[in-house]
Amino acid sequence: MPSLKSLRIRINSVKSTQKITSAMKMVAASKLRRAQQHAEAARPYAERMERMLGALATSVAGSPNAPKLLVGTGSDKIHLLVPVTADRGLAGAFNTSIGRATRLLARRLEAAGKTVKIFPVGRKGRDFLRRELSSRIIGDISYAAKKRLEFSDAQDVAHRITTMLNAGEIDICTIVYNRFQSVIAQVVTETTLIPAPLALVTGTPIAAGMQASYEYEPDEESMLARLLPQNLAIQLYRALLESAAGEHGARMTAMDNATRNAGDMIKRLSQNYNRARQANITRELIEIISGAEAV
Amino acid sequence: MALQLEIVSPEKLLLSKAVEMVVIPAAEGEMGVMQSHAPMLLLLRGGVIGIVENGQVTERLFVAGGFAEITPERCTVMADEAIPVGEVSRIVGEQRLNEATAALEAVDKMDVDAINAVMDRIQSARAMVDAAGV
Repeated sequence: MPSLKSLRIRINSVKSTQKITSAMKMVAASKLRRAQQHAEAARPYAERMERMLGALATSVAGSPNAPKLLVGTGSDKIHLLVPVTADRGLAGAFNTSIGRATRLLARRLEAAGKTVKIFPVGRKGRDFLRRELSSRIIGDISYAAKKRLEFSDAQDVAHRITTMLNAGEIDICTIVYNRFQSVIAQVVTETTLIPAPLALVTGTPIAAGMQASYEYEPDEESMLARLLPQNLAIQLYRALLESAAGEHGARMTAMDNATRNAGDMIKRLSQNYNRARQANITRELIEIISGAEAV
Repeated sequence: MALQLEIVSPEKLLLSKAVEMVVIPAAEGEMGVMQSHAPMLLLLRGGVIGIVENGQVTERLFVAGGFAEITPERCTVMADEAIPVGEVSRIVGEQRLNEATAALEAVDKMDVDAINAVMDRIQSARAMVDAAGV
């Protein structure tokens, strides 16, 4: 039976933990709102980019010197995986699920005889993958010091990927990230960035007559050469923003659970404490009464 | 009837309204776009977008480059970066110009694509300095 004092200490420590988790929940909630707005603000550009690329890609995809970013290198030997995770923990399964999905994908590709390279974005993913797949990691990046993700950050990553592609160091690039579905649901999503997703290349047949009649200035190819790296950056940017929103959502849920669990624990401990206190009083009364009777 | 103009940057939708005419800095020269323009996809260079309403230029925005999609009823400008001309900083422009000029020195002279990319940066930075000076 724990002493009254040790119970009191435990109750107090759980109470202060609960204070921390509920504060973290509120912080995550406000950050989530901001991240969500941020992600929504970036949507119009991505949508228009998609529409434009669809129009362009249909007219160029068939040609033999179509850019590598669009059709890939023609081989599928070397895969680059880009897992996007948070820099901080305490967000439930948010980071580990990405890590696990990446590991699984890497194993599967290697079993099929491909070479795998990994470029983690975010500190948690790097730490997770370093344990088992450290030899495949070719660099990493983290935005822990950044207050707000900017498009230029995504552009930097896109630039590094493009350089690797042009140097023939990678053939296919896949990004693994948490897509923000709702505050409580983040879906692990794998998207192939290079070659550009097939839905884009084939283009949606809507307004097909319109697409064919575009004029280009300058020509299609130089335009595509500019558009594709931009598209890669946009896709990355989108994934980063979704992941950021998802991180806060996941943390909010996790902290909400933690606060509730702490509440349950406090209740249980208080009950024990009160019971022990009552037992002490009863025992003392018995002692006094039996002492009085003995006289 | 008017032309529906939209200016978007990767970070947000900057502007969406009906205008009479818009002048955009296309890669091969300034271009005025009005309603019923032939459908086009354009590459933009650094320069100033002018919005014309009732025969007057009502708004001017600096863009650092990007793309534009023109259809008979719509003009969508996808800018890498867009700033109202009044807020363009000359200091930032000059700093970018210096950086780009330095990059030109460092670039591999045999790599045409790289040189072109740097030249674009220089042009965009110059346009920014000019826009700030207006």
